[in-house]
Formats: sequence, C-alpha cells, structure tokens
Amino acid sequence: MSHDASHGHELPFWRKYIFSVDHKVIGIQYAVTGLLFLFFGFCLMMLMRWQLAYPGQPLPFIGNLFSETAMIGGIMLPEFYNQLGAMHGTIMVFLGVVPLAVGGFGNFVLPLQIGAPDMAFPKLNMVSYWLYFTGGVLMFASFFVPGGAAQSGWTSYAPLSVIASSGQTWWLVGMAFLINSSLLGSINFIVTTVQLRAPGLSFSRLPFFVWSQFVTSFLLLLAFPPLMAAAVLQLMDRLAHTSFFMPSGLVVNGQVLEGFAGGGNAVLWQHLFWFLAHPEVYVLILPAMGIISEIIACNTRKPLYGYKALVWSVVFLGFMSFIVWAHHMYLTGMGPNLSAFFQVTTMIISIPSIVILTTLILSLWGGSIRFTTPMLFALAFLPMFGIGGLTGLPLGLNAADIHLHDTYYVIGHFHYVVAPGTIFALFAGIYHWFPKATGRQMNNFLGKLHFWPSFVLMNFIFMPMLIQGLAGVSRRLYDPMQYAHAQPTQPLNVFISISAWCLGLAQIPFIVNFFWSIFKGKKTDQNPWQATTLEWTAPSPPPHGNFVKEPVVYRGPYEYSVPGQKNDFWPQAMKENN
Amino acid sequence: MSGHSPEAIKKEVRTYVAVFVALAVLTVLTVGASYLKLSLGAAILLALFIASVKGTLVAAYFMHLRTEKKIVLALLVLAVIFFVVLLFYPSWHHL
Amino acid sequence: MSEAGLIKHISHPHPVTGVTNSKLGVWCFLASEVMLFGGLFSAYILLRTGVTDWPRGHEILNVPLATLNTMVLITSSVTMVMAWASLQMKSLSKYRLYMTLTVLLGLAFLVVKAFEYGHKFEHHHFPSTDNFYATYFTLTGLHGLHVIGGIVVNLYFLLFGVKMWEKEPDQLAGRVEAAGLYWHFVDLVWIFLFPVLYLL
Repeated sequence: MSHDASHGHELPFWRKYIFSVDHKVIGIQYAVTGLLFLFFGFCLMMLMRWQLAYPGQPLPFIGNLFSETAMIGGIMLPEFYNQLGAMHGTIMVFLGVVPLAVGGFGNFVLPLQIGAPDMAFPKLNMVSYWLYFTGGVLMFASFFVPGGAAQSGWTSYAPLSVIASSGQTWWLVGMAFLINSSLLGSINFIVTTVQLRAPGLSFSRLPFFVWSQFVTSFLLLLAFPPLMAAAVLQLMDRLAHTSFFMPSGLVVNGQVLEGFAGGGNAVLWQHLFWFLAHPEVYVLILPAMGIISEIIACNTRKPLYGYKALVWSVVFLGFMSFIVWAHHMYLTGMGPNLSAFFQVTTMIISIPSIVILTTLILSLWGGSIRFTTPMLFALAFLPMFGIGGLTGLPLGLNAADIHLHDTYYVIGHFHYVVAPGTIFALFAGIYHWFPKATGRQMNNFLGKLHFWPSFVLMNFIFMPMLIQGLAGVSRRLYDPMQYAHAQPTQPLNVFISISAWCLGLAQIPFIVNFFWSIFKGKKTDQNPWQATTLEWTAPSPPPHGNFVKEPVVYRGPYEYSVPGQKNDFWPQAMKENN
Repeated sequence: MSGHSPEAIKKEVRTYVAVFVALAVLTVLTVGASYLKLSLGAAILLALFIASVKGTLVAAYFMHLRTEKKIVLALLVLAVIFFVVLLFYPSWHHL
Repeated sequence: MSEAGLIKHISHPHPVTGVTNSKLGVWCFLASEVMLFGGLFSAYILLRTGVTDWPRGHEILNVPLATLNTMVLITSSVTMVMAWASLQMKSLSKYRLYMTLTVLLGLAFLVVKAFEYGHKFEHHHFPSTDNFYATYFTLTGLHGLHVIGGIVVNLYFLLFGVKMWEKEPDQLAGRVEAAGLYWHFVDLVWIFLFPVLYLL
C-alpha cells in the first residue's frame, strides 16, 4: 500500500493537482512556486538598484505606488531599503533557489533516475511542499505588517534582529516552516535513494545528479536543526524577553536598553546561524553541479571524465562543509587558534570543489559537443563557477578577509556562484527536462535569445562589484557613498543597475518560451536528447507510477559512444546490444 | 519486523526489565552523587558519565542499536561527529 | 497505478540494507533531532561558560519532583518497548494495555512539568528573569513539546491500532517500532537534560 489511488480510479482535480502525492506533480509545484519567488526576489533587487544608482531620487512611474512607510514622494526610505535587502537574500536562497533546485528538480527527476515509482513517503512529500508554501506566504505577508518585513539582513544578526519590528518575528516563524519542510524532504530523498533503486542500480552506477541530491539531503538533514534551535532562541528573546543573544548593558540610540536581563552573547547567534548557512551554500551549488553533469555527458556524447573523483569529491565536500562555518565570523574577535582551524578547513574544502570543476571541464575534451540551449548554460556555468570559487579564496583567509568582509567583494563573490552559477544550471535543467515533464520541446531560438544577453549582463553586474569591494565599498548600506573612499565607484553603481534592469528584460524570452511551449511546443518522444539515464525510458510525461515495467539496470549512467555499439548512446536499462 | 519467536521475545522482555532496574538504580545514584560536595568540574564529569551510561542502555537495548544494521549505525556516527563539533567549537574561547 | 508502480520495502526490509523504509526514515529524523538538541546544548554551554555567577541547578529547581518525572519517563520507555514486543507476540490486548500505560505516563510527565512551571511563575520567575531560567524554560519547554508530539502519535496508534492490525499487522508493528524509537529518544534527551539542568 502506498496511497489510496487504486488502479483505475480517477482522482478529483484537487487531489490530482493541488494536494497530490505524486512526486512529479509535487516537483512541478515546487518549481513553479520557486520560479515565482525568484521573480519576486529579482524585483526587490531591481528596486534596490534604483537607490544605489540614483540615491535620493524619486523612482519614476511606480514610485507613488508605494506606501509612505516605504517611499515618500517616490524616494526610498532607508528602512525600506533594508527590508528589500534582507528579503531579497532570504527569498532568493530559501524560497527560490533551493526549492527549485532540490524540491523541484530533486523531486521530479530523482525517482525517475533511480527507476522508482515515487518517493518512499509520498504523503510526507506533499506535506513538505505545503509547509514550504505556508512559509513563503508568511514571508511575503511580512511586507504588509506594521514596521514592514525583516530588515536585519538575511543573516538576522542579534541584537539588532531582537529589537527589530514585528516583521522579524514573521521571518522567524516563516523560517520554522521552511526548515521543517526541508527536514521532511531530506528524509524522503535519503530513504528513497537508499531503498528504492531499481534492480542493478548500484551506488556506483548512479547518475551524478542523484549523488549530488543525496549529499545535499544530508546537509539539509543535519545542518538545519541548529538554525531551528537558534530561531527558537531568537523568538524567546523577542517575545519572552529572554537574553540568549542580548549582552548586558546594551545601549541603543544613546540609551541603555530596558527590559532585558542581559548576560547573553550575540556571537552565539552567529555560530548557530552559520552552522546551517555554510552548508546551505553547498545546498545551493551541489544540485547545480549535478544538473550540469547530466547535460555535459549527454551533449558531448561521451562519458563524464573521472566519475569516481566526482563522487568522492562531493561526499568529502559534504562532510567538510560542516566544519568551515566560522570563516564567516573572522571579525568577531576570535583568537588565532580558532581562526587557524577554520582557515585550514576552508582551504581544504576548496580542493574537492576544484576537482569537480576540473573533471567537468576535462569531460569536454574530445567530445562531440552539441550546442543546444541547455548545453550553452552548462558551458557558461563552468567559468562562472570558477570565478565565483576563486574569488572566495581571499575571503577564506583571515588576513585578506579583514579588508574584504562586509564589502561588495563578498556580494560579487557569492553572486557569481549563485547567479551565473547555480541559476544558469537551473535554467539548463529546465530546458533539458522540460520535454520529459511536458512532452514538448522549448523553442531553441528563444533559448539562445535568453542565454546570450543573460550571460553578458551577469558579468556586467557582478564583476564591478568585486572592484567596488576591493575599493572598500561597504555592503548593506542605503547610502554607501556617504564614505569618501567609496565615492569614486559611484559610476559603477549606475552601470551595474542598468545592467541589472536589462537582465530582467533578458528573462522575457524565457518566460514567453516557457508558457508558449507548454501549449504549443513541438511534441517529442520519450528520449529527444538521446540520453542514457532511466528517466528517458519513461513516457513524456510519465504516468502515475512512472514505468510500465520496473526497469532493470545493466550498466553505468554515461555509456556514450561505446565502441562496437551501433548508436552513440547505450541506455542504462537496455539489456541487449545497441 | 516479523520472524521473532515467542521464546526470543520472552528473553528480550527479561532484558528490558533488567535495563529498567539498572536505569532506576543509576537515577538514584546520580541524584545521590549531587549531594557529594564535589567541585563543579568533577560534578559535571560524574553526572555526564552516569547519564552516558543510562543513555547507552536506552539506545542499545530499548532502541535495539545493539543489533541494528550498519547503515543506521553509520548515520548515527555521522550525526554524533557533527554533534560534538557543534557542542564545543562555539565555546572554544571559554573552555 | 500499475502493479509495477508499488513502493517497495514498506513492511519487508531491503535485502541489502536490511531495514524497512520507515526504520531508516525515523533514524534520519532522530539524527536531525540530535542536531536540534545539540544546538540548544551548545547554546547552554556557551552561555554558562561565559559567566561566573551561574547558579547550581539544585539551588533553584525541585530535584525530588524532577527525579520522579525521570522515573515516569523511563517507565514509559519500558511500557513502549513492551507494547512493540506485544505485537511481536501477536497479542493485541497486551499491546493496547502497554500503549495505554505509555500514553498515561507521558501525560503524567506533562502534569508534573506544568506543576513545576506554575510554581515558578507564582514566585515571579520567568524566562526573562535571567539566563538560568531562560535556558531552563526553553530547553524543558522544547523537550515538553516533543513529549506532546509523542503522546499524539502514540494515541493515534492506540486508537487506530486495531483497524491497522487487522489490515496489515506487519506494517503496524513497523510503525509502532518507529514511534517507539522516537519515544525512547525523547527519554534519552531527558536523561541528559535532568542532570545538566537540575543537578549541576
């Protein structure tokens, strides 16, 4: 018994599409909701970029749509800028990228790639999605409460976050929902991957996509709970006036803060937050590496180079990700011994990252490269992730970090990894698996029209930020140009902002393509890319239960261009010679 | 979890009762030990030692970890490693 | 859904891993709970070692009452494992007896806790009073929420157990075992919480 849709019974609409327990429907729900939040988070950023490019200037056309608590006469208030900043980060990371990368792609593809009929716990899967949805609604609603949304950064550092307005409480409760959603999801992914692989599908024959989702699930399972604990403690500080994070004798706006017993430690919040938030950045990148790997193998018509190195690297990376967190805290007054420990682990963790990037680049060598739209995004991912990763190295070293911490250099670094890194991988994945989910192809011309401007503009936006950071421009400031040393970089702000708005326009071909292709895209068969992995043996789209007959696996996931075979791909589940 | 014979179960029940008695005794012991005039450091070590023994009994016998499969044990080892890191690294300077 | 589309290893263990889905699933959940309480204990260690004037637990809290509560929870762990064993011995009536006892003992734990909290509130000791009280209320409070959750789950299996036993006995035994593992874990946390908060 897995659930009550017995053979031959048609489910009512609300149980088939709304409260579905089918991993494919849930995956699409996660993906669509995630994309909507990515869009919303992008809009928040576009508003911020107006203030940064033209400080103190009224926002044309839409400025008077905002309430007096956000903009006066179209001129943005600092409190609103801070809300935009905190929520842009929160929404992009927790409501956009991870739900799409893990909830969307993980849910849809993983059971298919391992030859399973669904996840191990379909009802739990449904609950996961609706917990995420609820958390998202709470986060969105927080903009409309008195005082506005959370405005203490996505990092919610105490004591500022403890004395902030009620939006911060909504943030904490919203995070609690998201954390529990993630917890249930990760249990599902782990049990499914371990227990429900098809006959013949040993761990060493798993597509790298599955490995990356599997390791990601352990990160989510074990790293999120300390943030849950921290959120409980911050809620207690805010609502019950405990002093977990409130030091004694705190002075706010020139007056000693009343109502708190003190004796707490603000750095405690940072430790508990970053214990999650560092593994979280690997949650952001690992699924992307998995997606890119599938697309590269398929579009070079040859096996991935160094499969074993990839697998050992991602497992080692997952483990190491738990013991580097305090490199986000070098400036909190830690002594040289603790700092030395985290610098060493941080340097070590760069090794598996480089191994993975190198093996993916080497996988291109000698390949017959098909420059399809997914492949363009996958190819661009490689150097973009390279830049993102390399720019992280000075941040991981205490001495350099003293100068770069809390500057635009940090923003440039992590956006390189997440934006033309992960998000490009997610676009690649959408173009790649859209035919499987819908039975139709996306338009290739619109895909290229989406790709090229996006690729160029991403670099126009984030490369100057690295320069600004090196010049000492501080992040999270409504008015960074209040400091003389930052002022020469103001022209860059204009350049970045215009590029960012153009990047928004560059997504229009994608949005049009996505919706148009659902209804009018060219119909495809079950394996339009001629790929080897199991999801391509199911119909497009797969029915409930996925496979007409349970597949049996005979070989590894990347048997492309095998000598002696007639076709240049040898599917995993094909028994006979090709 | 079928496949256990009634005799095997009866033996297990005897073990559960024995563990219960041990846990009760250890509880009395740990409360009694708190009346000894020990320094804070020694009191912490003693209390945590007794608690660890009790915890091990619950885990090994009630939770069946004594006979559990490798995959479960591996998962727990991983969690314990990160648990210890989380427990002590933030307080590094105070310890 | 076709015949081939049924999810495997719900009641019968996987031939290689040797576990059912629910057993692996609940241990994954418990691993995450280890990290949750780890975060809380880590906070406690940092806060306590950061000051010199942290009071001894027995100066402030009611040790005899908490010792009683410890015995209540340990006993409930025994009755829980006996409930599972009863299902192994195919005795539904014994299962219902032991599960009822487990639920009642869990409720007893909460009643004692409520009495403890009430006594503190009466004397104007709140979480905001100082960090000793803050950690005491928060750690035992979160533990108490976990006890409530466990009682709800156990009550569900008590009330609906008969129907499940008649339909799929193996699956009920697996689910009761999973619930038992959670319940033992809640007991395990208390085994550490009790000396740390009350005796040290």
